[in-house]
Amino acid sequence: MKSHPKSYVISKRIDNFSLRVYEAYIFTRRFFMEIFGGGFEFQELIKQCFEIGYKSLPLISLTGFITGMVFTKQSRPSLMEFGATSWLPSLVSIAIVRALAPLITSLISAGKVGSSIGAELASMRVTEQIDAMEVSAVNPFKFLIVTRVLATTITIPILSFYCAFVGLMGSFLDITLNEETNLQAYFQNAFEQITFLDIGSALIKAVAYGFTIGLVGCYKGYYANKGTQGVGEAANGAVVTSMFLIFLEEVAIVQVTNWFR
Amino acid sequence: MANHTTERESVITIRGLYKSFGDLHVLRDVNLDVYRGENVVVLGRSGTGKSVLIKIISGLLTPDKGSVKVLGQEVADLNDKQLRELRLKLGFLFQNSALYDSMTVGENLEFPLVRNVKNLSRGEINRKVAEVLDSVGLKKTLHQMPSELSGGQRKRIGIARTLILNPEIMLYDEPTAGLDPITCIEINKLINEVRSRYNTTSIIITHDLTCAKVTGDRILMLLEGRFLRQGTFEEVFDTNEEQVKNFYDYNFINPPSSSHTTHAITQ
Ligand SMILES: Nc1ncnc2c1ncn2[C@@H]1O[C@H](COP(=O)(O)OP(=O)(O)O)[C@@H](O)[C@H]1O
Ligand SMILES: [Mg+2]
Repeated sequence: MKSHPKSYVISKRIDNFSLRVYEAYIFTRRFFMEIFGGGFEFQELIKQCFEIGYKSLPLISLTGFITGMVFTKQSRPSLMEFGATSWLPSLVSIAIVRALAPLITSLISAGKVGSSIGAELASMRVTEQIDAMEVSAVNPFKFLIVTRVLATTITIPILSFYCAFVGLMGSFLDITLNEETNLQAYFQNAFEQITFLDIGSALIKAVAYGFTIGLVGCYKGYYANKGTQGVGEAANGAVVTSMFLIFLEEVAIVQVTNWFR
Repeated sequence: MANHTTERESVITIRGLYKSFGDLHVLRDVNLDVYRGENVVVLGRSGTGKSVLIKIISGLLTPDKGSVKVLGQEVADLNDKQLRELRLKLGFLFQNSALYDSMTVGENLEFPLVRNVKNLSRGEINRKVAEVLDSVGLKKTLHQMPSELSGGQRKRIGIARTLILNPEIMLYDEPTAGLDPITCIEINKLINEVRSRYNTTSIIITHDLTCAKVTGDRILMLLEGRFLRQGTFEEVFDTNEEQVKNFYDYNFINPPSSSHTTHAITQ
């Protein structure tokens, strides 16, 4: 339960904000404590992973493919000036693997998956289903939160690499239509410039974004206000907050990775 | 009260209970004893804190002040594990049934069972599910989704889901609210059947006088945060007290004369 102090330490806004940060910290800490400590809901985890993949796969395929293709089309004129169109595959692959794929995937998932987790848990809160779990001596945190956060953390990296692959295929399609190449030569070129650090940082990004989307969606849903508008607020809040955090994380991770280059 | 209950074991004991939300003082000095095997009805208008009372009893809300003992244990002092063990003995029917709407009826019923009773075989689970479905008279709904059920059926499944853990205490939150009169009669009958079949002690929260009369051994009237009157149905309503009469009027769409009201109830 949220507490509502009448006198504020600094100002109403800052106090409420700090309170919310503290609540989010407690929520995150509880997540890590509940993962270990027995009674893991394996079936629910698999179900959630499947649902997340299923929900975002079509949109990610489409967006990934088009991004790869369009990015190739847009880059060609500049490279042509230097007569360097043969660099297209490696340029595109660096852009896609390093930056675009994790970001596209997580922004789409924040919209599709984060909002639906927020709405689902909020409506369970509003209709007292979460209370019902609790009074029947079942830990709702284990069943609902741990499974969903783990599911996004596992699934979004997989979707990210899938998105990168589809993006490269989109780019390949455009390149075969304009320059002479074949699939093998294309991929050889594409991966020439990709380092272990690129793949590693893409993986770390995707894991961080997946975790963020799951945790924010669950937090917003779990602490939804009673009443019907609480459901909409939770869904909306899940998207806005997780996108904001994803951009912050993007900046931080890119900064740190560049130190290692 | 003392004359017909002294020698029985008190399974729920509440002393000096206070609960408020901000400036809203919901419960103010509530005292209650519920003895083993009885059906206690808590009557009161909506918004008087009836749901808050049973949520405190089940540990969903914490009291501001006062003592709430269930089966001899102070609920607010229990750790997570102890609270879970106590809740195994508590059945809670929520006002809107609170069925898990992503699961079938069968999955709803086995949900608390498989998580609290370890190493059951598939056959044992199915048998237990069939048994509780049978005791609420809804064998055919096993594979249906909650959204396909009527309000009365949802209430029955809600009751079945709590029965699957063989609770000692049942807390019913407005079991007949929003149901048609025939279904109300059926649910009232079911509440009495549950008591004789599962030996439960119950608190039944309602603002429905028929439900109170049919299911309650003892009636308490909650008004402005405390219990105003208690006794059998006749004892509580045989009065000229303004607030009790107001409650009548509220339930019977304002019949002007009190004789008319009494007639309607004793029918
Ligand atoms: N968790 C809560 N937070 C704030 N106010 C609450 C909460 N639960 C109940 N209330 C308020 O307490 C009062 C009593 O609620 P409730 O017990 O649900 O009434 P009822 O007797 O109809 O069941 C209502 O005014 C309600 O708004
Ligand atoms: Mg209520």
